[in-house]
Amino acid sequence: MLSTSLKATGREFAYPPELIPNPVIWHNYVTVVEAVPFGLWFRNTMVITLSALAGTVITASMAGFALARLRFREREAWLLLVISTMMLPGVVTLIPRFLIFKSLKWMDTYLPLVVPAWCGGGAFNVFLFRQFFASIPPEFDEAARMDGASSFLIFTRIIMPLSRPVLATVAIFSFLDNWNAFMEPLIYISTREKFTLAIGLNAFRGRYSTYYALLMAASAITVVPIIVLFFFTQRYFIQGITITGLAGR
Amino acid sequence: MTAGLLRTVAGRRGVRSREHVEAYVFLLPWILGFLAWTLGPMLTSAGLAFTDYQILLAPKWVALENFRHMLEDELFVKALGNTAFYTFIGVPLQITVALVAAMALNRQVRGVSIYRTAFYLPSLTPAVANAMMWLWLLNPEFGLANALLRAVGLPPQRWFMDVKLAKPSMIIMSLWGIGGQMIIFLAGLQGIPDLYYEAARVDGARNWHMLRHITVPLLSPSIFFNAVVSIIGSFQVFTTAFVATGGGPQNATLFYVLYLYRNGFQYFKMGYASALAWVLFVIILGFTLLQFRVGRYWVYYEVE
Repeated sequence: MLSTSLKATGREFAYPPELIPNPVIWHNYVTVVEAVPFGLWFRNTMVITLSALAGTVITASMAGFALARLRFREREAWLLLVISTMMLPGVVTLIPRFLIFKSLKWMDTYLPLVVPAWCGGGAFNVFLFRQFFASIPPEFDEAARMDGASSFLIFTRIIMPLSRPVLATVAIFSFLDNWNAFMEPLIYISTREKFTLAIGLNAFRGRYSTYYALLMAASAITVVPIIVLFFFTQRYFIQGITITGLAGR
Repeated sequence: MTAGLLRTVAGRRGVRSREHVEAYVFLLPWILGFLAWTLGPMLTSAGLAFTDYQILLAPKWVALENFRHMLEDELFVKALGNTAFYTFIGVPLQITVALVAAMALNRQVRGVSIYRTAFYLPSLTPAVANAMMWLWLLNPEFGLANALLRAVGLPPQRWFMDVKLAKPSMIIMSLWGIGGQMIIFLAGLQGIPDLYYEAARVDGARNWHMLRHITVPLLSPSIFFNAVVSIIGSFQVFTTAFVATGGGPQNATLFYVLYLYRNGFQYFKMGYASALAWVLFVIILGFTLLQFRVGRYWVYYEVE
């Protein structure tokens, strides 16, 4: 993809295909950024992604904390409910969600993309937090509770500081989900200036469908932040899988 | 003494009820989200499935008409068939390739982490960008795939533009995203003690036997997990088809959710789209439950 993105228009169809472009056209990136508001779309995507990420981390960790470390009678029932919603295919709620957001006059705003993240941040993330919190020895909060600490204090001062790995994992997964989201922005955002990178890229493709070098340059713009993120946070990906015991062990 | 005991119990009760209230404060955002964005919408869509609702006019009760219509809706049958093909050919293939890749990369060789990264990264990148790249690779005139075919003397193909090859092309493209499954297999493989293999080797077992009698049984929980999650995901394939083919050629890649999307957001048939959503939900639920049932016979959990 990177190779093609640097090829001269016309040269991308050279046969046999060239792995290293000749000549190298860095200017393709400039052309792309000038042709469509990629800078703006980049910023939009970042705003949505970070707002949703904050909501997910805060509200999912709260729910996970209650389910892992607070004693109340209906706890098992709530946990079961969280786990069963994990299995729910998103398509079932697609149409009514759209109707709700429409009646709330949230169409063509970022609210449908961000507000749900502030409401629990997804069952899977709640479950990730709950699994990690449950593995912290109970002595930590029992001692604090003896001293009369509230659950809020135990959550913010004891549990959260011990939970950096799971915080990082959930933050990364949430970043990826929102950065790569396609169907929701496609349904809810209609103004070009409000587009995210994913739907902007798709619109760009419609207009420049034969300029493969430009298409690849545009694609690279959406992919590179993910690759950079991955290289800085690699170990948390494996950790995430270990924490949940996803492998079934 | 009794009084003291009572006070302790009361004290405990006090702590408990305070914890009880606090627990619900912590759960509140999730519960609100569950009611507003999950349970409410599910009930609404269950109701809408029995109506004719074109957005501009109020929903009209039509009882089972939507479901009856599906039986004679050729595109529905086509979309269901396409999705079944994509899922039942694609998922076993994905799992096999992911397992082979995980076994190949489960070694302590220098540089192996670079290969792991190379396999995992594509599963993280946006589906639109992936689809775009595959459009280029499988381009009938200039794509790399056809260049390779020509190089070994085979006739070039039309891939996404060929009615017969479009679905297989989508499946090939889906193999690009197996990194997540591979990582789960890698984690599973690393949990199998070397001891088992050493013992088997002493007994003169061949590689194939070790794969058949050690690796696969001990990895069965990971295989099961990947199968369940991949089938749920595969039934809902949307973005890649939307971007790469738009459902064509001749509806060969019209997948279920793509058809649902068209009904809901292009033709604004909200009632019919809701009915479609529920049918898909029941299908997915059915397959998931079936897998759990069948899983009892082949998934092996080590007793701790």
